[in-house]
Amino acid sequence: MPEIRVTPLGAGQDVGRSCILVSIAGKNVMLDCGMHMGFSDDRRFPDFSYITQSGRLTDFLDCVIISHFHLDHCGALPYFSEMVGYDGPIYMTHPTQAICPILLEDYRKIAVDKKGEANFFTSQMIKDCMKKVVAVHLHQTVQVDDELEIKAYYAGHVLGAAMFQIKVGSESVVYTGDYNMTPDRHLGAAWIDKCRPNLLITESTYATTIRDSKRCRERDFLKKVHETVERGGKVLIPVFALGRAQELCILLETFWERMNLKVPIYFSTGLTEKANHYYKLFITWTNQKIRKTFVQRNMFEFKHIKAFDRAFADNPGPMVVFATPGMLHAGQSLQIFRKWAGNEKNMVIMPGYCVQGTVGHKILSGQRKLEMEGRQVLEVKMQVEYMSFSAHADAKGIMQLVGQAEPDSVLLVHGEAKKMEFLKQKIEQEFRVNCYMPANGETVVLPTSPSIPGGISLGLLKREMAQGLLPEAKKPRLLHGTLIMKDSNFRLVSSEQALKELGLAEHQLRFTCRVHLHDTRKEQETAMRVYSHLKSILKDHCVQHLPDGSVTVESILIQAAAPSEDPATKVLLVSWTYQDEELGSYLTSLLKKGLPQAPS
Amino acid sequence: DLSTVDVILISNYHCMMALPYITEHTGFSGTVYATEPTVQIGRLLMEELVNFIERVPKAQSASLWKNKDIQRLLPSPLKDAVEVSTWRRCYTMQEVNSALSKIQLVGYSQKIELFGAVQVTPLSSGYALGSSNWIIQSHYEKVSYVSGSSLLTTHPQPMDQASLKNSDVLVLTGLTQIPTANPDGMVGEFCSNLALTVRNGGNVLVPCYPSGVIYDLLECLYQYIDSAGLSSVPLYFISPVANSSLEFSQIFAEWLCHNKQSKVYLPEPPFPHAELIQTNKLKHYPSIHGDFSNDFRQPCVVFTGHPSLRFGDVVHFMELWGKSSLNTVIFTEPDFSYLEALAPYQPLAMKCIYCPIDTRLNFIQVSKLLKEVQPLHVVCPEQYTQPPPAQSHRTDLVIDCQPPATSYRRAEVLTLPFKRRYERIEIMPELADSLVPMEIKPGISLATVSAVLHTKDNKHVLQPPPRPAQPTSGKKRKRVSDDVPDCKVLKPLLSGSIPVEQFVQTLEKHGFSDIKVEDTAKGHIVLLQEAETLIQIEEDSTHIICDNDEMLRVRLRDLVLKFLQKF
Repeated sequence: MPEIRVTPLGAGQDVGRSCILVSIAGKNVMLDCGMHMGFSDDRRFPDFSYITQSGRLTDFLDCVIISHFHLDHCGALPYFSEMVGYDGPIYMTHPTQAICPILLEDYRKIAVDKKGEANFFTSQMIKDCMKKVVAVHLHQTVQVDDELEIKAYYAGHVLGAAMFQIKVGSESVVYTGDYNMTPDRHLGAAWIDKCRPNLLITESTYATTIRDSKRCRERDFLKKVHETVERGGKVLIPVFALGRAQELCILLETFWERMNLKVPIYFSTGLTEKANHYYKLFITWTNQKIRKTFVQRNMFEFKHIKAFDRAFADNPGPMVVFATPGMLHAGQSLQIFRKWAGNEKNMVIMPGYCVQGTVGHKILSGQRKLEMEGRQVLEVKMQVEYMSFSAHADAKGIMQLVGQAEPDSVLLVHGEAKKMEFLKQKIEQEFRVNCYMPANGETVVLPTSPSIPGGISLGLLKREMAQGLLPEAKKPRLLHGTLIMKDSNFRLVSSEQALKELGLAEHQLRFTCRVHLHDTRKEQETAMRVYSHLKSILKDHCVQHLPDGSVTVESILIQAAAPSEDPATKVLLVSWTYQDEELGSYLTSLLKKGLPQAPS
Repeated sequence: DLSTVDVILISNYHCMMALPYITEHTGFSGTVYATEPTVQIGRLLMEELVNFIERVPKAQSASLWKNKDIQRLLPSPLKDAVEVSTWRRCYTMQEVNSALSKIQLVGYSQKIELFGAVQVTPLSSGYALGSSNWIIQSHYEKVSYVSGSSLLTTHPQPMDQASLKNSDVLVLTGLTQIPTANPDGMVGEFCSNLALTVRNGGNVLVPCYPSGVIYDLLECLYQYIDSAGLSSVPLYFISPVANSSLEFSQIFAEWLCHNKQSKVYLPEPPFPHAELIQTNKLKHYPSIHGDFSNDFRQPCVVFTGHPSLRFGDVVHFMELWGKSSLNTVIFTEPDFSYLEALAPYQPLAMKCIYCPIDTRLNFIQVSKLLKEVQPLHVVCPEQYTQPPPAQSHRTDLVIDCQPPATSYRRAEVLTLPFKRRYERIEIMPELADSLVPMEIKPGISLATVSAVLHTKDNKHVLQPPPRPAQPTSGKKRKRVSDDVPDCKVLKPLLSGSIPVEQFVQTLEKHGFSDIKVEDTAKGHIVLLQEAETLIQIEEDSTHIICDNDEMLRVRLRDLVLKFLQKF
């Protein structure tokens, strides 16, 4: 029995280090290859020994697909390809291919240069890894090999994020990566056609949340920022360099312009300018509005937002600072946070999800005394706000996507177990499909029953179609033909054609039965009586009286003869071929019963 | 009748200039497919055209000349123009927008299902940004439409040749207009003539379209002007869409050649004209009015349209510079005869240089391509099967392939030379399980199939036949006609032949005695005297003649069938 097997090596009932193995029709595909922000030991990378214990990665995997450039989806890639060893193709979109190596390099610097980790991947490894990347266009059907094909769909979320359809023959799996079903200020909404995959693997970060309208959240955000700077406080917004940052920048930029505010807005340097440049060059991946107006005014050229310098953090007076990284787990955002945390006038706004173990997660869960490195205790007096600007689909959005794609079953990853449980029930109720939520290392096996493709000869098809058009043919009609199987090639042809093709002659089997009737009249009259008798009974059949005196029912021939020895008896010769067996046999038994008394 | 057209596939932005005429006024209600760069740049070309035409409003329009009798009297070449009565006014921007809004955007190698019957796929053709060749295929037939393709390395993504393989028919059109000119040589000539003129204090006019070759020319000049010591000479690009064209060219990285693509990863703009603009060497203006008149410095190089020299800003420059032999006009666009374009401006003192740059396939490249791709049949316009009229001795300027290409003319309907024999069908696994294959020859098996054919959206699925309904226990007395057998249960065909001796042995084994065998011309007759039955056996037929004894007949039938194969 054919089946689809799915094993999450990461992101099973968890957020972080997304990595899912899919086996479909004998092909093995790895979806994403991410790292976990919450760990800095072995657990930060997926456990590839699951594959390597039985052989080399390159031999086992047909391809690797990366959905977008966030590190929890691509952070383990150089480790995987260069240190564990994989030489096959890695597929991702153009923007992902452009931005991914920069984030990896950034990540490497923090890990090696700042934390001093040994045995980490090097810059050269990132470069070598990126050489294995094959860029794909949206909606392009990429033929990985003769059987395996993949296709990318727009996912929103971040620049270049894509959902992928993996297809072998008539079996398919869709992996969403992270996606967003509502357009935001710089990206469009995810979209997929009704591709009816056997399995939809979807993220479920916000499995239980149904978010209010975006507009409300934006107004809320602006109000909080505005109030804080009005009373002279500083606002820290930890973000990742690409994605939410651009959306919030556009939001603040337009607000500042409208309100004519003079309070400085800074963006921590480094990636920023480069990041905005990517947005300019990949403008075709942004939303409709930005694409339409980019010739007149490029939304990613900011007037009010300036580059941040470390020294600015100690400047007196209000300011707004966007700083990386977004979960306050390291780098500039954490430094600024430490400086400002003690003042209750200040505010930190967390615009996105924070992984367990990060400072961001701790303060969001209400912790106000943080233990920092060197046993220092940091008391957090500044206001802490959480605003869900993460571009993930909420429960409504996930349901919407399931409705769009119409899968046979759904599998949840990239979320917390408890929340998944709730969504799983909801999906099973609403769509009446099976829903799975495997933990890491747990395998889900889905039996499939792919139909078998073959060819039908046009002659046979046309014949069938023509008959199918008749009004009486309401009930299902049976099609008869011969299936020729040659080197796993299937062709359905009419039986006549099959014989001809194989050079076989048809063998005609014919029966002729003598039916004795008591009838004194002449043969012609007997035939006439037979004709009218059959005509009255066989209303659905074509009964004809031929000029030579014989009667036909469809292709069955009936002739009347007078045996010389007994003039009172007539012999009916009923002749039919094997193909008319039923009707022929029926006719003989019918005629055996005799003819109704003729009117005198 | 365009309302019967289901789908329009657009190859490149030059091939869509008439689209509003079709989508807006003909009852066409199908779908148009094109790539995103094709649509965006096509919009710019149309916008420029509309803008140029609307600048010269005509209070009255004459149409009497369209009358055939009057046209006949006009001087040449007007009297020779064909189908004048179908000529239309230029469309408006409103019609352009409405037409373009009907286009479905597609990407290279995207498989698009049409009505479940065929699949179309655009492939990179290497000629322009977003230019495509199309594959139209069903499961068993493949037609490739190759239009406006280029094997040269310019800015667009290289041509995808591999996907054209195994075509039943390849429709080939949009070859180079200037088969004798080498584009690379022409670019060199362009640069040297430009330098010569500017050094002598003259101006250079380049009539051109606002997108396409101009990107390559600017890139060449970017490399050339410094080495030629011309970096102080201003380059002007004047078109209502100049700015948009330059901006758009930078955002289609995914549609560019590998070299340019990798620049975006740095991130840097893919085309160097961004730098020319930044360093003020290249300036662009929507028209000659406004800012341009303030900035205008001579000597200079001006790129502007329209290349036909009949309208657009180019007309002003022709009149401004035409009288001085210091100036030069350089024709690069191959679409118009430069002699005809210049005719109304004669006598002309300015120098005219003709270096047409047409990167599309020439005949040598075509032969190479056809050898590579090996289509079963080639179909092409008639012009390509004979040498151009001006160079009738150049017999090398034709398409050379085996079998010879089928040619077509305008408005001719051509039947493509292949026969459709099969269509795709899906066999449900339940049905497949129930089949009993039988090996007839080594490697070939047969199975008879009785199934229900379901057809939806041109997709055919074979499903297992419904189970025969359980006979309802006879409450109602059956009428005679109820017993009439349903002839829909078809019997299989038979094949093989019956070995007489074995057959007779079998008969004996089954209790028949008194069997006599007679030889006939074609076979044998087996007589069962007791049962008054006669069986004629020939090579490919068997005839059982018996009394009306159903039991006996069925027994004999089954014995005969044992020797035959069923289909």
